[in-house]
Amino acid sequence: MAGVTPKPVDAVIVGCGWAGSILAIELAEAGLKVLVLERGENRDTFPDFAYPKVIDELTYAVRGKLFQNLSRETVTIRHAPGDQAVPYRQFGAFNPGDGVGGAGAHWSGVHFRITPDELRLRSHYEERYGKAFIPDGMTIQDHGVTYDELEPFFDKAEKVFGTSGQAFRVNGTVVGGGNPFEGPRSAEFPLPPLKNVYSAELFARAARGLGYHPYPLPAANASGPYTNPYGAQMGPCNFCGFCGGFGCYMYSKASPNVNILPALRQKPNFELRANAHVLRVNLDSTGRSARGVTYVDAQGREIEQAADLVILSAFQFHNVRLMLLSGIGKPYDVATSQGTVGRNFAYQNMGTVKAFFGPDVHTNPFIGTGGGGQAIDDFNADNFDHGPLGFVGGSPCWVNQSGVKPIGGLALPDGTPHWGAAWKKAAKDYYAHTLSADAHGTNMAYRDCYLDLDPTYRDAHGQPLLRMTFDWKDNDIRMSRHVVGKLTEILKSMNPKAVAVSVKKPGDHFDTRSYQTTHLVGGAIMGSDPKTSAVNKYLQSWDVPNVFVIGSSAFPQGTGYNPTGMVAGLAYFSAHAIRTQYLKHPGALVPA
Amino acid sequence: MSLGVTLPAVRHVLAAVALLTAFLLLAIAALLAPAPARAQASASDDVERGAYLARVGDCTACHTAPGGSEMAGGLPMKMPFGTIYTTNITPDPDTGIGRYRLEDFERAVRRGIAPGGRHLYPAMPYPSFTKITDADLRALYAYFMNGVPSIHQPNRKNGVPWPLDVRWPLALWDAAFTGRRFQPDASRDTEWNRGAYLVEGAGHCGACHTPRGIGFQEKALDNRSDRFLAGGPVLDGWTAPSLRGEPGTGLAGWSTQNVEDFLKTGRTGAASAFGSMADVVQHSTQYLSDPDLRAIGVYLKSLGPARGTPKITPVANDRTAAALHDGDLRKPGAAAYVDSCAACHRTDGAGYAGVFPRLAGNPAVLQSSAADVIRIVLKGSAVPATTTAPSSFTMPPFGDRLDDQDVAGVVNLIRNSWGNQAPAVTAPEVKAQRK
Repeated sequence: MAGVTPKPVDAVIVGCGWAGSILAIELAEAGLKVLVLERGENRDTFPDFAYPKVIDELTYAVRGKLFQNLSRETVTIRHAPGDQAVPYRQFGAFNPGDGVGGAGAHWSGVHFRITPDELRLRSHYEERYGKAFIPDGMTIQDHGVTYDELEPFFDKAEKVFGTSGQAFRVNGTVVGGGNPFEGPRSAEFPLPPLKNVYSAELFARAARGLGYHPYPLPAANASGPYTNPYGAQMGPCNFCGFCGGFGCYMYSKASPNVNILPALRQKPNFELRANAHVLRVNLDSTGRSARGVTYVDAQGREIEQAADLVILSAFQFHNVRLMLLSGIGKPYDVATSQGTVGRNFAYQNMGTVKAFFGPDVHTNPFIGTGGGGQAIDDFNADNFDHGPLGFVGGSPCWVNQSGVKPIGGLALPDGTPHWGAAWKKAAKDYYAHTLSADAHGTNMAYRDCYLDLDPTYRDAHGQPLLRMTFDWKDNDIRMSRHVVGKLTEILKSMNPKAVAVSVKKPGDHFDTRSYQTTHLVGGAIMGSDPKTSAVNKYLQSWDVPNVFVIGSSAFPQGTGYNPTGMVAGLAYFSAHAIRTQYLKHPGALVPA
Repeated sequence: MSLGVTLPAVRHVLAAVALLTAFLLLAIAALLAPAPARAQASASDDVERGAYLARVGDCTACHTAPGGSEMAGGLPMKMPFGTIYTTNITPDPDTGIGRYRLEDFERAVRRGIAPGGRHLYPAMPYPSFTKITDADLRALYAYFMNGVPSIHQPNRKNGVPWPLDVRWPLALWDAAFTGRRFQPDASRDTEWNRGAYLVEGAGHCGACHTPRGIGFQEKALDNRSDRFLAGGPVLDGWTAPSLRGEPGTGLAGWSTQNVEDFLKTGRTGAASAFGSMADVVQHSTQYLSDPDLRAIGVYLKSLGPARGTPKITPVANDRTAAALHDGDLRKPGAAAYVDSCAACHRTDGAGYAGVFPRLAGNPAVLQSSAADVIRIVLKGSAVPATTTAPSSFTMPPFGDRLDDQDVAGVVNLIRNSWGNQAPAVTAPEVKAQRK
């Protein structure tokens, strides 16, 4: 088809989610001519998330109106090498985003950093427990960057997001009832924590009663009106309970649309093209420099967009797929364990416990805020002795009541019939008297959990789909069972009438029907060694220095915390390096 | 002629005429004098200054059609006598003002007379622009000749039927109703006078905010009259409120800082710009310098209440807040308020500072006409996005969700709760506004 050739830009950014928006505003502030290409539609609080039409559980939570259209493009999934991978066509385990704002427009809002030890996970475990403690085939790695290097950028991200929380220690001094296990902080949270719903209050009391250390979940749902460093403003969260999967009509859930795009749009050197699906990054004849990208516009025309700098920020697995489709870096080969693009694909490992109370305990589960609640880190990271337990990893545990809605929300005790008079009675007895707690666990990286291009299936543009080879491993199942056990004790100490435990059993396989969060990580991991990582500490491709790959694709393994805060911190860290080093001397920032 | 034998009054008049003639001659000489070499070296300063003054005057608001080229005209304006279209004021020589000399530009902007003697309709606010100083006028001319891209776009023929389209009666209108050159008030400081110059002159705030007389003229053009800025007629379906110091419906409850913030960002801690004023903030006042915005605030806050306005200061009370908070929804409008309004505006009507406007004590809510409030409830409203405050908070329309009775109920509740007091509306009035 005859092409149209737009003018070259300084930086082209693929994907308008959090990572893309952060890089866009940072580079636009530096004076670059910045173009963001977003495959999905243009979206904004008004009209797309306007009240009352947005509080529609069927359209958004069940049918996933804001999510990626899986019929046009998806991933194929198999448990092990040698299995036949098949396409993921119904939302279940994860809900990939789409459109301007990406998943950042409809996430829940839990906003963490990372624990300092997890940044050097392998070294830490080897130091404390010995090299033999980490099983063969578990390919966990150090990130190649320290917490101290990232701290100012975690702080910046929190200020941009308007995160509501309570610090434990600021600059070494204890300041309040925050998380004693948190990484060091140079400043308080920009907003005070959200109020506790009753369920969270019950959890905090029970946890404290057993000697644990509850703290308010850090939430990018504003606890009050707020103006961020870009001049963008947020409204207050009103606990409506329609958070994850929905756009926020109160301007209170942090999103690229609320927190960054209003300021970006004021800059004449910024342009956003929606309905622009990037097919590939174009490399020069040496294969070591990118010339720009090719994308398909809304009219179906293939457009070549020239740029000096290419930022891939299209979400974890799209980043990896684009690298593979473009020939950036050496694809991972599971047979030889050679290659870097696609290796170390990991996930989140969830366990859930529900408590059912009598008629005098009103948990009002319809009230909720996406990021709010009470948590404990006593079983996260290496905050407990792993020696006698023999597994790597942990889980923060929390009550994060984000709003239980009629279609999805009717949890009942085990053994309740699924229909009929007994079901109706149980529904009446328990709906407003139930609380739910999660163990939000780590998932390690393994030699045979990886990403590559599918040999059979293609997307609507004719390009091969990304194939996920992934399954749960014994290490993570044992970890989850251990922590869920502790969590169950906490809930039982509340003296409910019943508890229901949902946790993996040994030998359980990955079931794509069961929601496990959209916290997919890895595949284009960061590190200090180009043989075992795809990008350096600044998220710059080792192979093509004018390509930066921003997202949770950089994580060498899964974390206990939600990844978005770490993604934002890394994005700001990378942008800072581009602004202060790369623009002055384009080229490799770290010698290969 | 010997002046000594004439009557004293005539002597004074002749002296005045002589002075005036001398002044006029000097003024014309100044206008026609070739620009000195030094001024030409700062010609680009003039263009920049002119660009700023064009922002103050918000020329683009009328002279740029939606989706059209900058300053190329074509915006329809519905007048009582027909629809007129704004003209192309880019420097295109054939369809714009490219052939205007400075004196042509001066006559058009300050006296409403186009080259050839044709009178402009006072939709062009020349009664206010007459106050613009010569130096500022020169800068505007420099901007329009050198700073605006030339666009070839012929002016649209006005839709005014004969005999209403004859222009000579405007000469009479001008003679009766046009004002005078700006004269600083020596009893006030420089800042106040700057504010007066901006508001009464290029800013032409009175064009919307001053009541109109029988000839549709502004009843006052400067601060010597307490009718100046005392509240305007319905224009484009919106009513511009009084900017004078009345409690409740005027600016008595606003500080100078509030005025500055409102003009710069479209929002204060308690109020948000809507309707035509949102456009004014977007295209004009957000670009004014902080000292100029402060001067406007100082000037406006110096204006006392207009005559005949009741001197009642609303007294806050929490009866409605307590009732709504406790779930007492018996009052008409209460259920609709809790379902549709309270999340943002709160059951106590306080809103959230800088984000969702306060309804308790808000002048926009307290106006005697409820038309603007009804319109906002039906159709929603967006705060303008500005460079320093880029978030365009948008209230969604509720016309689909609420029927006429609900809208009337909720509007009456808002206008009469928390200490608010304003005349009630009925469902048929709401219905009339749905068109």
